[in-house]
Amino acid sequence: MTYTMWIILTASLVGLSCGLIGVYLILKKQAMMADAISHTVLLGIVSAYLVTQQMTGTAMLVGGILAGLLTAFLVQSLNNLKVQHDASLGIVFTTLFAIGVILISTSVGNVHLDVQHALMGEITFVPFATIDIPLIGAVPKATALLGLVLIVVIFFIIAFYKEWKITSFDPALAASIGIPVVFFHYLFMTLVSITTVASFDAVGAILVVAMLITPAAAAYLWTDKLVVMLFLSGGFGVLSAITGYWVATWLDTSISGSMAFATGCIFFISFIFSPKHGLISKWVRPAGVSEEQGI
Amino acid sequence: MAAAVISVDGLSASYQKNTVLHDVNFQVREGTITAIVGPNGAGKSTLIKTMLGLHPKLTGNVRFWDDAFKTAKKKIGYVPQRGSVDWDFPTDALDVVTMGLYGKIGWFRIPSKKHKEKAMQALKKMGMEAYAHRQISQLSGGQQQRVFLARALAQDAELYFMDEPLAGVDASTEKAIMAILKELKSRGKTVLVVHHDLQTVPEYFDHVLFLNKKVYAHGETEKVFTKDNIATTYGGDMQWVGKGDQYVIQSTSH
Repeated sequence: MTYTMWIILTASLVGLSCGLIGVYLILKKQAMMADAISHTVLLGIVSAYLVTQQMTGTAMLVGGILAGLLTAFLVQSLNNLKVQHDASLGIVFTTLFAIGVILISTSVGNVHLDVQHALMGEITFVPFATIDIPLIGAVPKATALLGLVLIVVIFFIIAFYKEWKITSFDPALAASIGIPVVFFHYLFMTLVSITTVASFDAVGAILVVAMLITPAAAAYLWTDKLVVMLFLSGGFGVLSAITGYWVATWLDTSISGSMAFATGCIFFISFIFSPKHGLISKWVRPAGVSEEQGI
Repeated sequence: MAAAVISVDGLSASYQKNTVLHDVNFQVREGTITAIVGPNGAGKSTLIKTMLGLHPKLTGNVRFWDDAFKTAKKKIGYVPQRGSVDWDFPTDALDVVTMGLYGKIGWFRIPSKKHKEKAMQALKKMGMEAYAHRQISQLSGGQQQRVFLARALAQDAELYFMDEPLAGVDASTEKAIMAILKELKSRGKTVLVVHHDLQTVPEYFDHVLFLNKKVYAHGETEKVFTKDNIATTYGGDMQWVGKGDQYVIQSTSH
């Protein structure tokens, strides 16, 4: 595989896993949780490095999961103590992120970890650090990690498809028929965390948010079916990754920046042209149709 | 005499430091339809949620057929307030009704044709079969409420909790829902309904529970649905309109 192909594959994997997970973030109305977790995994990764003294995929994943769960837990706890949900989100993630930043700039110092890299990512360097996988050969570490995470994400989405649906749509009913809503909340936060950690190296913390939220928000405008929304969102993620790469090489600019910009463009196009919820269809459709929704 | 389906003993619950339920005691017999009435903020929804373990209780005990909720939950159906869910969710009416069966379908399985048929039957019962594949945001408020009712019917429970099923629905939906409640009663099911319209209580319900943080009165409608009980439960929150037995209480759903 060529250097370019590895980068495109890696970016597409980011787009796909983030797109799938993003659907549920949008439907659960927890889009900003992605923002929070994308920042706090930094603390998890730094802590993992401090404990193990090396940057392995497993340590990063475990650190990221713990940081993600800690974030979800603290946000919930503060909220229970009567701090508003959005405020508790802001408090928790900035504080944990700040601890991460302090740790990086003091104790970890000049290893392969810096704030710039953590925030912006550097997908250009991904193909250089490889790992040998039996039967496949040398694969960039970040790509292998992303592939693994994608498999895990797809497995859980399929295995608990109806549980995700009911806990997203009507948690009260879900709880009343005996589905462990809290367990699924934290399982979901775990999936958000591992997706974020794996995408971290490629697109960085800030742009993970774009990949998690924007393709799903765009897909939401095109369909009334959850399955279709999942496919569309994943597809939009991959599409943004690929077009983002080409735009970046064409303009000779930041790859992850272009990818995030591409997600924004896809959303904007959807917002205007989608047949169901788009601006144009709202103008064209006779007023009576939307009135029908009634009371 | 029919056995007690529900017995609530010294139940109390709170939101942060505000006590919303205080020492609630009552029993519900099998085959009855009970209206839970009370002013806004009286803890009507909280009572239901606490009984179903959706809200933590501070003290007290709730038993269903002498069992804990965990053992009994398969026999209990719950209809949350219509406003509690996002109706823009990408799904259709039939799918929402099918969700009522998820508890029975079990882990790692998808709804079979049999489940879909059962959901369809429930929709038919509510006069909604023509809307089965309509996206739920395209339904009117009354139709959405019928979908919720259909979902509860599909659950085929013995005991139903309904949170304001008649709030903001059109007259024909109200009729359809009350017809279903009567049918449930005739089949020996037990129903508890949070209700906001005092005028229709005597017509619709055979039992009534007056709640305002604690139970003010509970029993057969004929006996306890009196002006005195209404006055003590609602306190200053009410307005008398008309005369004689005509009362309209200002109490909007929330």
